[in-house]
Amino acid sequence: YFLRHARSRNYVSESEVCKLESVPLDFGDYHPLKPITVTESKTKKMNRKGSTSSTSSSSSSSVMDPLSSVLDGTDPLSLFAAAADPVTAAPPTDGARRKRDKDESSAVGSDFEPWSSKRGEILARYTTTEKLSINLYMGSEKGKATTTGSAVSEKVRTRLEELDDLEEGSQKELLNLTQQDYMNRIEELNQSLKDAWSSDQKVKALKIVIQCSKLLSDTTVIQFYPSKFVLITDILDTFGKLVYERILSMCVDNRVSLPDNFSPESVNDTAKETCLNWFFKIASIRELIPRFYVEAAILKCNKFLSKTGISECLPRLTSMIRGIGDPLVAVYARAYLCRVGMEVAPQLKESLNKNFFDFLLTFKQIHGDTVQNQLVVQCVEIPLYLTLYSPAIDWILQCIAYHAPDVLLTEMMERCKKLGNNALLLNSVMSAFRAEFIAARSMDFIGMIKECDESGFPKHLLFRSLGLNLALADPPENDRLQILNEAWKVITKLKNPQDYINCAEVWVEYTCRHFTKREVNTVLADVIKHMTPDRAFEDAYPQLQSIIQKVITYIYDFALLFSVEKFLPFLDMFQKESVRVEVCKCIMESFIKHQQESTKDPVILNALLHICKTMHDSVNALTLEDEKRTLAALINGFIKMVSFGRDFEQQLSFYVEARSMFCNLEPVLVQLIHSVNQLAMETRRVMKGNHSRKTTAFVRACVAFCFITIPSLSSIFTRLNLYLHSGQVALANQCLSQADAFFKAAVSLVPEVPKMISVDGKMRPSDAFLLEFLCNFFSTLLVVPDHPEQGVLFLVRGLLNVIQDYTWEDNSDDKVRIYTNVLHLLSAMTQEAYIYHVDKVDSNDSLYGGDSKFLAEINKLSETVVSQILDHLKTLGKEETLKRQSQLALYFFNSILAHGDLRNNRLNQLSVNLWNLAQKHGFADTKTMVKTLEYIKRRSKQPEMSHFTDLALRLPLQSRT
Amino acid sequence: MGTALDVRVKRAGKVYRDGEILSGVVVITSKDTVQHQGISLTMEGSVNLQLSAKNVGVFEAFCNTAKPIQIINSTIEMVKPGKLPSGKTEIPFEFPLQMKGNKVLYETYHGVFVNIQYTLRCDMRRSLLAKDLTKTCEFIVHSLSQKGNLLPSPVDFTITPETLQNVKERASLPKFLIRGHLNSTNCVITQPLTGELVVESAEAAVKSIELQLVRVETCGCAEGYARDATEIQNIQIADGDVCRGLPIPIHMVFPRLFTCPTLETTNFKVEFEVNIVVLLHDDHLITENFPLKLCRM
Repeated sequence: YFLRHARSRNYVSESEVCKLESVPLDFGDYHPLKPITVTESKTKKMNRKGSTSSTSSSSSSSVMDPLSSVLDGTDPLSLFAAAADPVTAAPPTDGARRKRDKDESSAVGSDFEPWSSKRGEILARYTTTEKLSINLYMGSEKGKATTTGSAVSEKVRTRLEELDDLEEGSQKELLNLTQQDYMNRIEELNQSLKDAWSSDQKVKALKIVIQCSKLLSDTTVIQFYPSKFVLITDILDTFGKLVYERILSMCVDNRVSLPDNFSPESVNDTAKETCLNWFFKIASIRELIPRFYVEAAILKCNKFLSKTGISECLPRLTSMIRGIGDPLVAVYARAYLCRVGMEVAPQLKESLNKNFFDFLLTFKQIHGDTVQNQLVVQCVEIPLYLTLYSPAIDWILQCIAYHAPDVLLTEMMERCKKLGNNALLLNSVMSAFRAEFIAARSMDFIGMIKECDESGFPKHLLFRSLGLNLALADPPENDRLQILNEAWKVITKLKNPQDYINCAEVWVEYTCRHFTKREVNTVLADVIKHMTPDRAFEDAYPQLQSIIQKVITYIYDFALLFSVEKFLPFLDMFQKESVRVEVCKCIMESFIKHQQESTKDPVILNALLHICKTMHDSVNALTLEDEKRTLAALINGFIKMVSFGRDFEQQLSFYVEARSMFCNLEPVLVQLIHSVNQLAMETRRVMKGNHSRKTTAFVRACVAFCFITIPSLSSIFTRLNLYLHSGQVALANQCLSQADAFFKAAVSLVPEVPKMISVDGKMRPSDAFLLEFLCNFFSTLLVVPDHPEQGVLFLVRGLLNVIQDYTWEDNSDDKVRIYTNVLHLLSAMTQEAYIYHVDKVDSNDSLYGGDSKFLAEINKLSETVVSQILDHLKTLGKEETLKRQSQLALYFFNSILAHGDLRNNRLNQLSVNLWNLAQKHGFADTKTMVKTLEYIKRRSKQPEMSHFTDLALRLPLQSRT
Repeated sequence: MGTALDVRVKRAGKVYRDGEILSGVVVITSKDTVQHQGISLTMEGSVNLQLSAKNVGVFEAFCNTAKPIQIINSTIEMVKPGKLPSGKTEIPFEFPLQMKGNKVLYETYHGVFVNIQYTLRCDMRRSLLAKDLTKTCEFIVHSLSQKGNLLPSPVDFTITPETLQNVKERASLPKFLIRGHLNSTNCVITQPLTGELVVESAEAAVKSIELQLVRVETCGCAEGYARDATEIQNIQIADGDVCRGLPIPIHMVFPRLFTCPTLETTNFKVEFEVNIVVLLHDDHLITENFPLKLCRM
């Protein structure tokens, strides 16, 4: 009963008005895509005027792009950053302390590979399945010294002491421990050390440490020794830190702690005395090895006593190690001393060198009888035994080589050479010295490796170490090929596949780095030849994978890569699916990263399709969402890079093939639909909109592709949006009936939209998405011409029916918002010329040419919609819904203002009523109301808008009191 | 009730020398006021001699009852009888550490048969109802630097089967040659004993090489004397079959309290020796003995 009159619009002039106003936007400083630099203390005010005024109407003079206005002011993140800054700037004492700790540890530069990084490696590498034992005798070490005068004989007294110790229940012998048990026990000891310390049982703590270090003199289960060393020196480190911190805390005078580089004079007597006590106690430890380790552990504490303490101690401790008979135990003791030395006094290089030279002096012991007998007893082979030395020697040499001049390194090398040019030493030299140093002398090294006295140390390890250096630094240009030839000659003769692959893995990088695909191909062929018999590759997946990785790091031109004949056969070695997929992923990542131009090279396409297919086929019901997403992203990246140029048919058939291959990954199907749509639009662009018979058929094929692909997707919004999108593409290509089919499909799909959908794994209400989609849909429907056989506005009616029947959330106003938007659509449809058109498609404006029957039909529809809206507004009359009523009324009012012809009295009256309704219960935002009124007044000054003046007069403003 | 008495000397190490002033505080902590009959502080120093079991039979009639020899003994009255306030009361004191005549202030030493000990004892006499309170605190006396310069007396040594005494079957001994030197047998007590040792050759594997520090205490009286050697500490300098021909450092720190400068008096003597003990794998034990002369500089 309310007749709706749409305001007639002249879109062209309106848009001109808008354009004029949009000039003031200053793009000089701000570009929306320009990265936001975080700057502090901005005093500029946020320019939000544009976004507030835009509430009045969508097509009104909203000049400011709301996005740019956000970019304009200080962005919230930089505000946070500015606010957060003072917090970090204020130096809390705690933070200062932490900083100091950091400084101390960084006495050695960050280019020095720290022990902590070696730790894990050693623990992982030196393992055993043999049973281990821990023998802890927590008896009083200094018992003999503390005896007070008593007449009892020596013998009786010691016996009594032993009894006492047993009463303490502290002698433990733990036998038959597995490696894991052993590690747990050591960890327990570490914990009990901390506990004893914190409960002030310093003597007990010391006993624990002594007992632990005693374990290091035990070389049974020798293959576990390096790991044991790691575990026990952890405890020693803990102890050293505890003692140091304790004494440091005693130096705190008047709550002022000592500066970083304190001098011994500033240490008070009590602290000094305590420190001295520790050293005296440790000096009286009977056994050599514990005495050495514990003293080394608290080496740093010498700083409290004298300036020269550390520099005097280090040489003494160094020569003390000479007393350790077992060469393996001794070399690890040296490694520990170097480690502590590097930490406490990295400037004292002399001791490091001395340690190494001492080691060289004792080197012959390794092949002495004592050691050999021990190995026989333990059934350990010499090659295995020798590798036990590597971590320690590597570490010592690394300490020596750190920032050392080449002269020193050369001297070291010469010394090693003199000592029978031993393989073990050579290997450690190669792993510890600077890569550049090694690389520059590669030919010398190869020579040395060839003639070195193997004495049990496997030669392939030497080549591996050399290869590792050459991967980091380049040898002289002229030697390169010869180096490869010499090295590979040896490598290819290795019988054991594990030894072989460990070497080959390293040398592949060198090959890829300096040589062409021919050499790479040869190397790959050789690897295949070695790894295929007896399915040896099954045990070498990590190495093979690393080979692939190295190859694709260096050869990222895929045309070149796939012309390496052995590359694909190499891939065939990955027969375990998980590894295979990993490798495929690596290759695809590299392709996406490096491929600059799209390709149609059949070799690349075939190979990559094969790889993608492998990835796709790995997807099953158990595949994680994340994994699927990654795979799909990789495949999509590939699809996007494929282009056959002007050969559109070929392109389409590629997409068809891809669809059949990747049907299990939805994101890929979505990508394919988009690609095909793009292809159709590309065709249209090439034909400049005038399809020939041939192209028409092709475009229809594209459309058909989409039409049959979309239903196979599961996400309903993806389907809806794709229907709409593909419909638009069909429309643009003048496939009217196909477009109709898309839109009909979309309309019939709307009722299936569930209330809740899963977004990023969380259930969210779907209404916002639906609202967005429908608005988008309406905009498209404006230009869709009516089907000659169906009634007027067939699609709009259909959609309205669906909306009507859709079960909306009880307390939501979405339906009304949609209806309001429908009114916008209907008002746009009554215009003589529509705001936009699709090229070469006649929309309803030209089809009906403003036919009065058509207009009447629209009016009828509008009336129904308006009455629906008003009905809804009425139902919101309850107390708790008044706010919503007010908002909706204003929303509707704004729509009428923008689209309605207010010269019509009834409409005018309706708008006044809505205005009053919005303000009736005090829920209206006064600011908005004032702004709206201002807008109306401003509009009234425009030509043909004088009736707005009257309207403004009839709209009272309610002041909030 | 919870009255606590404590004696604290000023120096952290509690080390004092002849002629110095021993200062510190007596600390009394109590919740209530403390009624007392006077607080006194006694400084005592004495030598205690004891005879070892094996000699008791012979000398017990004469010597086992040997009274402690008093070196120093003086008492001061710190507070006259009265009351002390509740809380913590600190009473400072000073004792001059001075010997009368030509008596010597021996250095603190804790041995088996000879003990030289210095204590500060604080006594708080109280009424009949409450027990007297006593607290003792040991302080350490270091003798003055000895006059005259200490001449280093290096010793070189060679140990072979031939140099050994007390060997039952010389023929069964494995062949070995151990050489070495001590930098000095005249040692400053604060400095470590140093030297080097080289296993030039040994048929049997070396199991361990140790330094055994031994005290030799002699207690004597007119009737005779008893001499006992006991181990103070044993320091391992080599563990396992060490490399031949490589010098191994000899290094031993003299433990505090259990060593003192070599002491010779009319009634007792305290001397020190070091044994180099080489243990071979077939359980042969080779010992080489070196008397030491310790002094304080």
